[in-house]
Amino acid sequence: MDSLEIIIKYWPKLLDGTLMTLKLTFLSVLIAAIISPFLSLTRANASPIAQAPLRLYISFIRGTPILAQLFLVYYGSGQFRLILQEWGLWGFFRDPFNCALLTFVLNTTAYQTEILRGGVMGVNRGEIEAGKALGMNKLRILQRIVFPHAYRIAWPALGNEIILMMKASALASVVTIFDILGRTRQIFSRTFDFSIYLWAAILYLCITAIFVLIWRQAELRLNKHIMPSDHLIVADDHLSAHKK
Amino acid sequence: MFELFSFGENGWGDEILDGVAITAQLAIATLPVGLFFGFIVAFAAMSNNKPLKAIGYGYTTLMRGLPEILTLFVVYNGVGLLLNTIIKWWNVDAQPLDFSPFLAGVIALAMVFGAFSAEVLRGAFNALDEGQVEAGRAVGMSPNVIFWRIKLPQIWRFALPGLGNLWINMLKDTSLVSIIALNDLMRMTKVAVAFTKQPFTFYLVACLIYWLMSLLSEIILAKMEHNANRGIRRV
Repeated sequence: MDSLEIIIKYWPKLLDGTLMTLKLTFLSVLIAAIISPFLSLTRANASPIAQAPLRLYISFIRGTPILAQLFLVYYGSGQFRLILQEWGLWGFFRDPFNCALLTFVLNTTAYQTEILRGGVMGVNRGEIEAGKALGMNKLRILQRIVFPHAYRIAWPALGNEIILMMKASALASVVTIFDILGRTRQIFSRTFDFSIYLWAAILYLCITAIFVLIWRQAELRLNKHIMPSDHLIVADDHLSAHKK
Repeated sequence: MFELFSFGENGWGDEILDGVAITAQLAIATLPVGLFFGFIVAFAAMSNNKPLKAIGYGYTTLMRGLPEILTLFVVYNGVGLLLNTIIKWWNVDAQPLDFSPFLAGVIALAMVFGAFSAEVLRGAFNALDEGQVEAGRAVGMSPNVIFWRIKLPQIWRFALPGLGNLWINMLKDTSLVSIIALNDLMRMTKVAVAFTKQPFTFYLVACLIYWLMSLLSEIILAKMEHNANRGIRRV
């Protein structure tokens, strides 16, 4: 069988794997995106003692390989099988998909929290004070001033983190999940045709490229109000020259 | 509990320590190779030669978009296949050669490190004060001397924080070679788990060792940064 025949025969499997990669990445990023704003506020504002556990968690996640984290959850849960069965959680941990998802959520939540903390701390104090002066309550200020700015500041870094997460999701193949890499290894073990790895590489690059385009468009939309319109660019350049 | 990690017949302490040694060797062997790749790619991306520039940018984009583990498989399986094809072509009766997982690990990790460090180095080159290079020329330094005396010490200073992050990432990425059968920390842990049936304990210990290595690296890097910036006024 030559390379072309192989890809014609196996493309549905690769497509299946692509959907799995997208599903894993999307779900992990989404769940982390729901948790991380709360944690980032704690990281930015809480007292050092209150945020100590959070810092420990973030340091642990950042200091250990995601593969080790995955094994800790997937294989490690087996050590507590009896307890987990008692609590009715064993069904959850027995499924490699759940374990991979849990690991990735724990991992990307830590990174997203730190990125978003940078955004929260970058918000101009004056604007928050202006909000207070207008009589906004704390929730309103967060919703209308802090987070809109924080996300604008953090947007490019969040995009990078999502790409890193997508790439890291390839590790799920090690715990028998058939994502792009899982399918690729499966097909390679049957055909010993190396070209299948190149197809996998192309798939990953396409996902990254499409994501970068979408993320950039979203960034332009988020920053529409501060984007220079064409005839204002010259004036803007003058301004920034003055600032220097 | 502590018996499990004792050294000798009954404990896994020495096996795990062997694994740590392999992990450290792998990371330390990769660093110079990866930096070398990084400089070459950075120079290619900054050159005035259009095709060379395209190759430099293309390489960084490609490698940064691929999962590290895919790169590792491509290098391990691909280079292995290639070597054996060449050997077969050379001598039909030759025994198939096993491509060393350690070498595959060094090459794959260095390719990734090279792509990311090229970006850091390019940024550092861009941050150089052009006036200092001109000053060097004015006092009659040759381009070579300018590179070693003016550019490199400052590139070091600018690139150190970025390279430090990459070093820690690479240290963590070494765990991937356990998948292609190299007896690093991760794999020795796996072996210990297979024997003791205590996965959580052992993977937790592995995690703690990686964590320790990362924290240690951070401390050393902070010292190095402090040292690199010793002649600079703090703003």
